[in-house]
Amino acid sequence: MTNFLKNIFTKNSKLSTDQLIIKKTIISFFIFFVFAGAAFWGWKWLRHQTNSAEGTRKPLRAALDVNEAIFAKILSDKHLTKEYDRSQAAQRVRVNGKLGLRNNLDSAAWSMYVIKTKGDTLKLKMDDIKKLPKTEVVFNFKCIEGWNQITYWGGVKFSDFIKAYGLEKESSLKYIGLNTPDKEYYVGIDMASAMHPQTILCYEMNGQPLPLDQGYPLRLIIPVKYGIKHLKRIGTLFFDNERPPDYWYERGYDYFSGL
Amino acid sequence: MVKINELQVSFKNPLTDFPFFCSNRVCLLADCMLITILYLPFQLNMKKIVKKHPLAIRWFHWVNFPVLGVMIWSGLLIYWANGVYKIGFGSKTLIKFFPKSFYETLNLKFHLAEGMAYHFLFMWLFFLNGIAYVLYTIFSGEWRYLVPARHSFKDAWQVLLHDLHISKYKPPQGKYNAAQQIAYSAFIVMGIGSILTGLAIYKRVQLGWLTSMFGGYKMSRIIHFALTIGYVLFFLIHIIQVIIAGWNNFRAMITGFEVVKTKDETISEEMTK
Repeated sequence: MTNFLKNIFTKNSKLSTDQLIIKKTIISFFIFFVFAGAAFWGWKWLRHQTNSAEGTRKPLRAALDVNEAIFAKILSDKHLTKEYDRSQAAQRVRVNGKLGLRNNLDSAAWSMYVIKTKGDTLKLKMDDIKKLPKTEVVFNFKCIEGWNQITYWGGVKFSDFIKAYGLEKESSLKYIGLNTPDKEYYVGIDMASAMHPQTILCYEMNGQPLPLDQGYPLRLIIPVKYGIKHLKRIGTLFFDNERPPDYWYERGYDYFSGL
Repeated sequence: MVKINELQVSFKNPLTDFPFFCSNRVCLLADCMLITILYLPFQLNMKKIVKKHPLAIRWFHWVNFPVLGVMIWSGLLIYWANGVYKIGFGSKTLIKFFPKSFYETLNLKFHLAEGMAYHFLFMWLFFLNGIAYVLYTIFSGEWRYLVPARHSFKDAWQVLLHDLHISKYKPPQGKYNAAQQIAYSAFIVMGIGSILTGLAIYKRVQLGWLTSMFGGYKMSRIIHFALTIGYVLFFLIHIIQVIIAGWNNFRAMITGFEVVKTKDETISEEMTK
């Protein structure tokens, strides 16, 4: 053993081939195990990071936010979701969640509350929305779980809605927030995605009024996002420069969740 | 083997003192044979250190191993949320990806958000390490050992027969045999495929052209999954081959050198610098 150690500190030229082999092997394996240990320690460190209020480990959340900064740059009004023919749309549209829909809806009393600033709220009925120009979109709806379905929706383009109700100033903020009337489900969306030409305030599915479990009377359809952002049964819409609360973000998902 | 036209160069030390009787080719050949017969037993006992894998390649290899491991694990956490793939005929299922017990044993259930977070962090390491490896391989000239030639596909078959102990013939090879060349090159193509199909799934609206190129979202996801199964199969065969090839070969992936019993003096001189 002492010979081994002595060899390590002896010049290569003074060693026999056998000694040299041993020396080089020991040094290489030592370095290998140091780095392997460091990698293992790094992994342990990552696994021991506690979940923050943001629902996931801090370094992972930081990585998701960096990804957003990178990939939001390719988001463009010109990159449209591929549209399909109406005949390709599914008749039995999958229902994947009832969050925010569990309380009974009094459809006569329903209004969408648009909070412009504190104390200045716009109260809109269904007719106020339906009188705006209609936009339809038939697209491949994509769930964050991994399934997808071609579906057919109709409603008012969000950017048309903003223009019609003079909300240009509000839409210069960074985010919109949406809540269900019972506040059980809530999402936040970056303004660029909300103003994307295929984003609609939707009141029709397959040419018929929305079914209750699809968000009657009004829901969001935002093809540049995963399904988790397509909030059903809109109660409140508001604008903010900070990220509005987001139900699935709090459970560890990416805030952006953009496609 | 000692080549005749290298005689002048190679015969420096004990061997070089051997007198040349004459200069014509037949005599030279006779000398050569005499030298070989006299010195062969001695030379075969001599160990030489021969450089095999450059430091950069060893780094890329050992970084990729755990990173790809994390990618596969986090990929399974994501796949679980919509684990629909199976192989079968008609209504008969041969293999289901995956049976319930698989998820339960490996604790893969209900971690979709976590899986995505890990996947979208480690994808950068996989991508950057892969890019660095490919660039290094191109610019260092290492690609010459790696990229299969036309005859490699025929040779790979011979290698396979040899490895399975069906045939005794082994085709001549460089650093990698023909089967290795094909497998390792395929691995690079698979890596590029994983990154591209991954992007096609991840940003299928903004990179819609890419998603279409792979035949749509569903197809991209299937290819992405199939490539992962490919890595696992590659890994299993790779481990078996490494065990069979033995210590000398394995050590080379860490130290960079192999120990060879050879007659060629020039190699070890280069190594001891």
